Amino acid sequence: MSLRIHQDHSRFKQIVRGKIKANLRKYVQKGEMVGKKGKDAISIPIPFIDIPHFKYGHKEQGGVGQGDGEVGQQLAPGAVQPGEGQQAGQGEGDHVLEVDVTLDELAQILGEELQLPNIERRQNEKIVTQKIKYTGVNTTGPESLRHFKRTYKQALRRQIAMGTYDPSRPVIIPTREDRRYRSYKLQDLPETNAVIIYMMDVSGSMGDEQKEIVRIESFWLDTWLRHQYKGLEARYIIHDAVAREVDRDTFFHTRESGGTMISSAYKLCRDIIKADYPKSAWNVYPFHFSDGDNWSADDTRQCIEMLRDDIIPGVNQFAYGQVESPYGSGQFIKDLREAIGDSNNVALSEIADKDAIYTSIKDFLGKGR
Amino acid sequence: MPKSLTPRLSKLKEEIEGHALEFGLDFFETVFEVLSYDELNMVAAYGGFPTRYPHWRWGMDYEQLSKGYEYGLSKIYELVINNDPCYAYLLESNSEVDQKLVMAHVYGHCDFFKNNFSFRHTNRRMIDDMANHATRVRRWIDKIGVEKVEDFIDRALSLENLIDQHAPHIRRNPDPKKAEDELKANERVEGFKVNREYMRGYINPSEFLDSQRRKVEEEKLRTRKFPERPQRDVLLFLLEHAPLEPWEADILAILRDEAYYFAPQGQTKIMNEGWASYWHSTIMTRRALKDDEIIEYADRHSGTMGTRPGALNPYKLGIELWRDIEDRWNKGRFGKEWDECDDLRARRSWDKKLGAGREKIFEVRKHYNDITFIDTFLTAEFAIEQKLFVYGFNEKRNSWEILDREFRKVKNKLLQGLTNFGQPIIEVVDGNFENRGEMLLTHRHDGQDLKGDYARETLRNLQSLWRRPTSIITRYDGKSVMLRFDGQNHTERKIEL
Repeated sequence: MSLRIHQDHSRFKQIVRGKIKANLRKYVQKGEMVGKKGKDAISIPIPFIDIPHFKYGHKEQGGVGQGDGEVGQQLAPGAVQPGEGQQAGQGEGDHVLEVDVTLDELAQILGEELQLPNIERRQNEKIVTQKIKYTGVNTTGPESLRHFKRTYKQALRRQIAMGTYDPSRPVIIPTREDRRYRSYKLQDLPETNAVIIYMMDVSGSMGDEQKEIVRIESFWLDTWLRHQYKGLEARYIIHDAVAREVDRDTFFHTRESGGTMISSAYKLCRDIIKADYPKSAWNVYPFHFSDGDNWSADDTRQCIEMLRDDIIPGVNQFAYGQVESPYGSGQFIKDLREAIGDSNNVALSEIADKDAIYTSIKDFLGKGR
Repeated sequence: MPKSLTPRLSKLKEEIEGHALEFGLDFFETVFEVLSYDELNMVAAYGGFPTRYPHWRWGMDYEQLSKGYEYGLSKIYELVINNDPCYAYLLESNSEVDQKLVMAHVYGHCDFFKNNFSFRHTNRRMIDDMANHATRVRRWIDKIGVEKVEDFIDRALSLENLIDQHAPHIRRNPDPKKAEDELKANERVEGFKVNREYMRGYINPSEFLDSQRRKVEEEKLRTRKFPERPQRDVLLFLLEHAPLEPWEADILAILRDEAYYFAPQGQTKIMNEGWASYWHSTIMTRRALKDDEIIEYADRHSGTMGTRPGALNPYKLGIELWRDIEDRWNKGRFGKEWDECDDLRARRSWDKKLGAGREKIFEVRKHYNDITFIDTFLTAEFAIEQKLFVYGFNEKRNSWEILDREFRKVKNKLLQGLTNFGQPIIEVVDGNFENRGEMLLTHRHDGQDLKGDYARETLRNLQSLWRRPTSIITRYDGKSVMLRFDGQNHTERKIEL
């Protein structure tokens, strides 16, 4: 159900996010609401817009309170709320409230903030599911689809017309002809499927900070792609000198050591795609994060061949993010740039530190593929 | 959308209404509607009305209310609007005890709306007018564009509190004595002295006399102040004299109408909530409650009456004051004899068995507003019993603390907060300031400074309506200051008065 106020509401949210009416931005203030989640108190900030009036400075104002306490005793922090009291006639609760953000809203904000284009679907509408859609009313049909209201109306109309309707004893008896049934059509609903394949280098040179960066970045990528595709799948691959598929938790928390052979991950990635995600039915997004310090030039060559021949033709976009580690940034991204940098479904990005995540997300998602 | 009452609820309504009538409450016909929480939040965000003009601030209120509800932090129990018939809303998911309590509470409000003098001049068909306002604004939006209209509303809302809170009850005539003088002055134009009566037509021809009269009038116009007397209804002054486009004037008039409609509710918050709470408590505990409902009722009631140190709960203060008045008039604790009695023991056991309490509170609910109510009936005993105190901000410790529990100070602070209903008194003193069509306001300083950044922003908004520079004279730290905004820059200078 849609309420009239939803228009006002979405307009308010747009103002707060700074999408429209920049002149009001300076009046946006941060409120705080203390909620409870289990035993913990949680606080989520919520903005509100305070239109300026001629009014008293709050600090000078003070006021009258009620309760125990000696003169000179401090009031509990938060006991005094700025602003006027609530309007007359509105029951309990004078809390300053806050807003939470759903992941979908977050993705919208992300999209607006980074001006990300919506993704062009590649293999769209190849798989089709059928859905039932009720389209009208019919005189025949199964009893389970009987339209009670329409049947009643029909019977009422007939009885009045026949003169058998008695207002003092308004009994309506539908006959076979009065019955009305919902009719439906089967509709083809195109379905789009998407999968993200995360690959991360967990060799000795990837420290906690680097993994933190990967985690944050993949959270945002995940949020955005989920916003674009319903039913997004994710697969996780970690690799040092060998690659293996793991679950999400392991992906973010493992610390291995050893050398780096990127080709192992690409090989696994290629196999996964081949086995589970045929090009005709899936939008595939491999993301690979590494510090770029590959074992040998030979392995790099193998990687490039695999990317060019097998992976890139079958995916929407291949993305490689090179995280700078304490040991410096590797050679790998340069090799990739030379070999496949100009193909238009490859995104390469160097992430120097946490602040660079912002631009890196834009590098990855800015192409709208 | 709104549902009418279920048979069960209409039975409850009849029952509660019966109790209310029996107790002597006098109200407009009251229509209850049942809403889901989402709808109730919407209506509450609209200030109790089903439709308002489109504006983002309703959305802001709606967000606060609905998040509060969804997190289980707050919930609207009762919502009623001053209209004939009165409309009140019930939350679909409330328990039966809650519904009864709300109904009883609502009848208290309805009685107050109908009988208290502050509401005498309010529009009792506001529900229709609000819908018309919405339609008018929407029409302007279609014609002018949403951005322009909304910007204008934003700016006008910034001035929304600049109305004359007392205006509905008095007529602020221009000075009658002065008007008389003026009339006389007009007749006094006599021309040159004439010795021979037959020469009059030649010495003072009528064209000459007319031109003389015109001169005098012009002279007067030039020296006449504009406005003649300081004008508190700044919105009206703008409507009458600012160079507004027709659509701007229309919208400003709408906002002014609505501000006047809501003003009395701000002026009687303590009384009104107290009165409604007094009656829900009386009706529920004396008549309507069943045995198994008492705990739930008590829980709900105490929730509404809860206090916290830094804020005054109008429900609590109100209900206690009403009960105190009833008690005092029941026992005859008023008048000269009572005031002059110093014997503590006698005072404590004072009971003349007058039984005039009920009658008294019905009389009080008619003729008082929050200021006069507190001023007349808040006694030292009451302040002590209710543990009232004054708090203030301690700059050194950077925290709020209890300053004083002395009765005079508590009462003064309370009254100060209610003077002009908590708003600073601002007047237009000159609409042709410096003889350049600028607007000059003064703030009647009563010991509290204005919030400076807000004042400057408000001046800016005022300037955009007046189209000429605007200034306000106020005081900061005891020194008179004039803030001015000329359309480009803010300036501030000290002035001597």
